[in-house]
Amino acid sequence: MLCRTANELYWMARHIERAENTARLLDVTYRMSLLPYEVIEPGLAWAEPWAVPLITSGLATAFYERFEELSAENVLRFMILDSNNPSSIYCCLRGARESARSVRGAITSEMYEDLNSAWLEMRGYDYDRIQLTGVSAFLEWVKMRSHLFRGVTFGTMLRDEAYHFNRLGTHIERADNTARILDVKYHTLLPSAADVGGAVDYYQWSALLRSVSGFESYRKIYSDVITPRRVAELLILREDMPRSLHSCIHFIHDTLEVLCDENSREIERASGELYARLHYGKTDDIIKLGLHEYLIEFLDRISALGGEINRYFLVPT
Amino acid sequence: MAQVLLKGSRLADFTPVSRHLYDEMSSGEGAPRPHYQGFSDWLKRTPVDQIAQKREEAERAFHRIGITFAVYGENGGTERLIPFDIVPRIIPASEWRTLERGLKQRVHALNLFLDDIYHDQSILKAGVIPSERVLANSQYRREMQGMDVPGGIYAHIAGIDIVRADEGAYYVLEDNLRVPSGVSYMLENRRMMMRLFPELFATQAIKPVEHYPDLLLENLRGVTPAGEERPEVAVLTPGAHNSAYFEHAFLAQQMGVELVEGQDLFVQNETVYMRTTRGPRRVHVLYRRVDDDFLDPRAFRPDSMLGVPGLFAAYRAGRVTLANAIGTGVADDKSIYPFVPDMIRFYLTEEPILNNVPTWQLSREDDLRYCLEHLAELVVKEVHGAGGYGMLVGPAASVAEREAFRGRIVAQPDKYIAQPTLSLSTCPTFTAAGLAPRHIDLRPYVLSGKSVNLVPGGLTRVALREGSLVVNSSQGGGTKDTWVMAH
Repeated sequence: MLCRTANELYWMARHIERAENTARLLDVTYRMSLLPYEVIEPGLAWAEPWAVPLITSGLATAFYERFEELSAENVLRFMILDSNNPSSIYCCLRGARESARSVRGAITSEMYEDLNSAWLEMRGYDYDRIQLTGVSAFLEWVKMRSHLFRGVTFGTMLRDEAYHFNRLGTHIERADNTARILDVKYHTLLPSAADVGGAVDYYQWSALLRSVSGFESYRKIYSDVITPRRVAELLILREDMPRSLHSCIHFIHDTLEVLCDENSREIERASGELYARLHYGKTDDIIKLGLHEYLIEFLDRISALGGEINRYFLVPT
Repeated sequence: MAQVLLKGSRLADFTPVSRHLYDEMSSGEGAPRPHYQGFSDWLKRTPVDQIAQKREEAERAFHRIGITFAVYGENGGTERLIPFDIVPRIIPASEWRTLERGLKQRVHALNLFLDDIYHDQSILKAGVIPSERVLANSQYRREMQGMDVPGGIYAHIAGIDIVRADEGAYYVLEDNLRVPSGVSYMLENRRMMMRLFPELFATQAIKPVEHYPDLLLENLRGVTPAGEERPEVAVLTPGAHNSAYFEHAFLAQQMGVELVEGQDLFVQNETVYMRTTRGPRRVHVLYRRVDDDFLDPRAFRPDSMLGVPGLFAAYRAGRVTLANAIGTGVADDKSIYPFVPDMIRFYLTEEPILNNVPTWQLSREDDLRYCLEHLAELVVKEVHGAGGYGMLVGPAASVAEREAFRGRIVAQPDKYIAQPTLSLSTCPTFTAAGLAPRHIDLRPYVLSGKSVNLVPGGLTRVALREGSLVVNSSQGGGTKDTWVMAH
């Protein structure tokens, strides 16, 4: 497969995944914002739900360059519609569609048509129309478009290299996203041990779980109150949890095993090592090291792996 | 934007003359022609709102499929939809048989001509075509002189523009031998019609066109450099911002070959490779949709960012085949067009099956005199002009305009040719005011390789504005499905 094609497929998948993650994050934030926060913890910045999506995506600085006030409307405008914010849903759908358009030959026509119609619909939205539709309904639409695209991909695409690069993009983006969400929540939203067990705590953790479709799974697996330790276990180490780091790295490693040849064994080895750490990792060790430290290291490793994939497969020099 | 379907706007060259309008569907007394009977009956019994609904469905589907073309200069490349009309252009079996034979004959002769002028130039030596017409033509590529191409084929893909005029006779309006486009619309229009109106196809014998990509691939594989048993074919596109990008991607996908841009290729030891995720892979045949000038910055325009440095050297070394060959433009030039019937006689010793539009070459004294005497009836064009510029439409021009043009002709007669004003045939087309006649043309695609092949049909374009002869998509032109009946 052409390197350029592989690169576009990889970014097509990453953009769609990012659009979905942004939608999840905003949806949870929106629901949280409907709770009477001021009453529970007045004046605390970390309890301001609209800061969360900005911090998680690392976009707080970019946001304040464009907006003065942290408000629901401004964050929604920035994260959904802003054509200058490369992580906005608008830009992600546009990017995915542009990539798909430039590699139409490598994907099925159903996949292209699906992305194209998502993009055409997206173009019809402005802030007023989103309000009219309902913020949650709109975000639900974004998630459904992502699900639909994944389904079309899974159901129509030949299991060739194009499929593998697509899949690689999805899981690298997802792993990155899950690690970020977990890290931000753990540090930004739980400043002191005293908060553990409080009402804010409950809502924060359940929101976190909901943002990665993990709330119901958590209930099923643990049938108990939500604790940070279990959330960390669920989202880092559980292999059967589709958005966990373990699960993402499993997919990534499987894919790299197929893609790598004798010249690129080093990439496969690096992903294998990362996979082994998750596969045989223990929650106690993570807590002992510190969740934040663990996640930062993970993000560094996944970013280095992404760099290698880039250098070897996607944009070789 | 003319390139998307047609370079230039040749149909603009003609003014409608209402006295002899030939309608494809109706013979004049309101009764449909026999080959339109089935469709006409269906149209009568299908409720109007159902048809309206299907038309909307077609438009939505084309948007979703993304059959759009980029419009240059509009917001740096806006994508637009080419309007699709659901009334098909139907060609009876007997007429198609003649068209098919005539097209094969014509394209065969054009390939022989290209092979000849880049080798022995016997047609020039025989005085059939004046040498300077060819050798001084800007489309003649000296670099190709003496070079052998596989099978002696230059125009692997030819788009021949045909109009029907007067009492129903077909004329070849133009040969497109460089990078003719539009075939994807032919295929998508058929797919759309079958999807919207399966019952029409179930009850009538309409010849299929869907195998075009297979024929094209077979054709391209057949012209691989000598000794390659499993040739790697790729489609070379200028990129996603090109107006015909949809088509490049579509054809690559339909053939199951790579769609490459210049940046994906490199040349080493006169061999062309693609950069792939598993290292370099050799390419044997490039179906290139990039113009000659931009193919190789080392050989042609040095500022081209679209091309591949060293590609021409690899081509000359016979290590890669380009389809179409470099330098085919000399055979589809307006100044060469009048000689195509003579080419057919010269190379094939046959009479041409398809007519040219009669053309007066004003470099000839007799023709010039005739033209000046009949200026009010004729269309006069610049030999190297395109896109409807620098031309006079006699019947539509004012006396002052004609006189001004007369002066220009007299000053430089060899710069001009003249043709009669043809009335193009019409086909019923859906408009805001309901079904109305609109002018159409036809572009069949002729493939040359080990043999000459074409699918039954082509792209029918329609001028959607009343009375207009401009079928260009950028100027309100649309397309129709083209049916060739099996019997």
